[in-house]
Amino acid sequence: MEKAHVKIDHTNTVIRIRGLEKAFEDYAVLRGIDLDLYQGENLVVLGRSGSGKSVLIKLISGLLKPDKGTIEVLGHDVTGISEKELQELRIRIGFSFQNSALYDSMTVCKNLEFPLVRNRKNITRKEINAAIENVLDAVGLSQYINQMPAELSGGQRKRIGIARTLILNPEIMLYDEPTAGLDPITCIEINDLINEVQQRYHTSSIIITHDLTCAKSTGDRIAMLLDGKFQRVGTFDEVFDTKDQRVKPFFDYNFIQ
Amino acid sequence: MDSVNNIPGEPAEKKNNTFRRRLAVFFTDLYKIHLFIVKFFKEAFLPPYEFKEIVRQCYEVGVRSLTLISVTGFIVGFIFAKQSRPSLATFGANSWLPRLVSIAIMRALAPLVTALICSGKVGSSIGAELGSMRVTEQIDAMEVSGTNPFKFLVCTRVLATTIAIPILATYTAFIGLLGGYLNVSLNEGISYTAFVDQFFQPLMFLDFTSSLIKSIVFGFTIGIVGCYQGYFSTKGTEGVGRAANGAVVTAMFLVFIEEVIIVQITSNFR
Repeated sequence: MEKAHVKIDHTNTVIRIRGLEKAFEDYAVLRGIDLDLYQGENLVVLGRSGSGKSVLIKLISGLLKPDKGTIEVLGHDVTGISEKELQELRIRIGFSFQNSALYDSMTVCKNLEFPLVRNRKNITRKEINAAIENVLDAVGLSQYINQMPAELSGGQRKRIGIARTLILNPEIMLYDEPTAGLDPITCIEINDLINEVQQRYHTSSIIITHDLTCAKSTGDRIAMLLDGKFQRVGTFDEVFDTKDQRVKPFFDYNFIQ
Repeated sequence: MDSVNNIPGEPAEKKNNTFRRRLAVFFTDLYKIHLFIVKFFKEAFLPPYEFKEIVRQCYEVGVRSLTLISVTGFIVGFIFAKQSRPSLATFGANSWLPRLVSIAIMRALAPLVTALICSGKVGSSIGAELGSMRVTEQIDAMEVSGTNPFKFLVCTRVLATTIAIPILATYTAFIGLLGGYLNVSLNEGISYTAFVDQFFQPLMFLDFTSSLIKSIVFGFTIGIVGCYQGYFSTKGTEGVGRAANGAVVTAMFLVFIEEVIIVQITSNFR
């Protein structure tokens, strides 16, 4: 499905990263990252395995602490706020994990209910059911409400994982390898879902991937992460219109092979 | 010249470094455990409280262990009475058997057996459950969805074991009493009322309180060790197995150490 036109507000920066550095023991993963994510935009971060893409979104969501630099999310500096403020901020950020991270011991319904009942204190049963119905409808899996995560396929788990984040109506979505380990048809379905989420929920998203089909069909902008820095940022065509031997193999492997 | 303990070919300096590194790891772990326990006391008694989850965990720890505890408690009481009879018979002191059974069960066996069974059953299940949640990023998912995973997963489980294990130990004592009674009544033909009367005769208030305190300490230890091992589990499925195993071995070891310390302390009050 062709990506529909979405209005991006370039005057409203929802994530602003400056001089971000992160190292694990002696290995510097991120070496001075600068990044702006605008309201309504889908930004794809491309890079090789181990290049620090997932580390970047874990830093944005406060799961990891940076060594240096600032991360401003929806006007709050993630590196300098209290645990309580961070928890409140996280409700406004949806995080879709690479392996979905569904709670094994809970049904799909309970998985979706969990963040809702814990973050909306006075919510009624009727409102919970309506919200669950709404997000399951958005990801097209209404009939799986009583299944356990172990009974779902990889693609279905990914969709339920996305539904679980959508239930809190996040303003920002962070997708960690949304199409990893899925067959090509399911990949297309997930890509369409990411675009649908952008339009229906008016989210701004960072999509971490090394799948160029995903990048091309979901990204309004692409950022190429190489050697701990963003080497090229722009539209898909702008990023790959290069003879840079660190960038070209990505395109060649995905579209020429 | 190299000392005899050195591996042939291994330089003494390298061996010293390995030892130093291991020592550093040991003290780092000790410090991390200390922080973990401090965090538990900080989080557990501050609102919001997770009453519903604590009750659910108490059910998991208590009710699910009941069958195993019943069988074990009964066998312990029965076998202890059986094995003690010949020694007492040598002195013609068979009538002291209910008293002996009562002291052994109340002071030592009930809390210790319950703690060991729970270390195996509950400790390993907590370690494996939290370990698998860690490696599949479920704990991270909980954190990013605005839930405090430490409070929800760790505090509830530690409180549940601290509450449920003393109750289970009391139950084990009762079942042990029944096992002991069955053996004594089969051989001596004593009535249940007489057995119970003699069973409680030698017991003092201190026996009940020390037993209760012991069970609370054991329960806390089993919970905190299981949670610590699982919460900091790494290295995928191998890490989950290691967490479960570590939870059992460490909890059992600590239970024995605590038993010795508490017995030493309480004996000063007798």
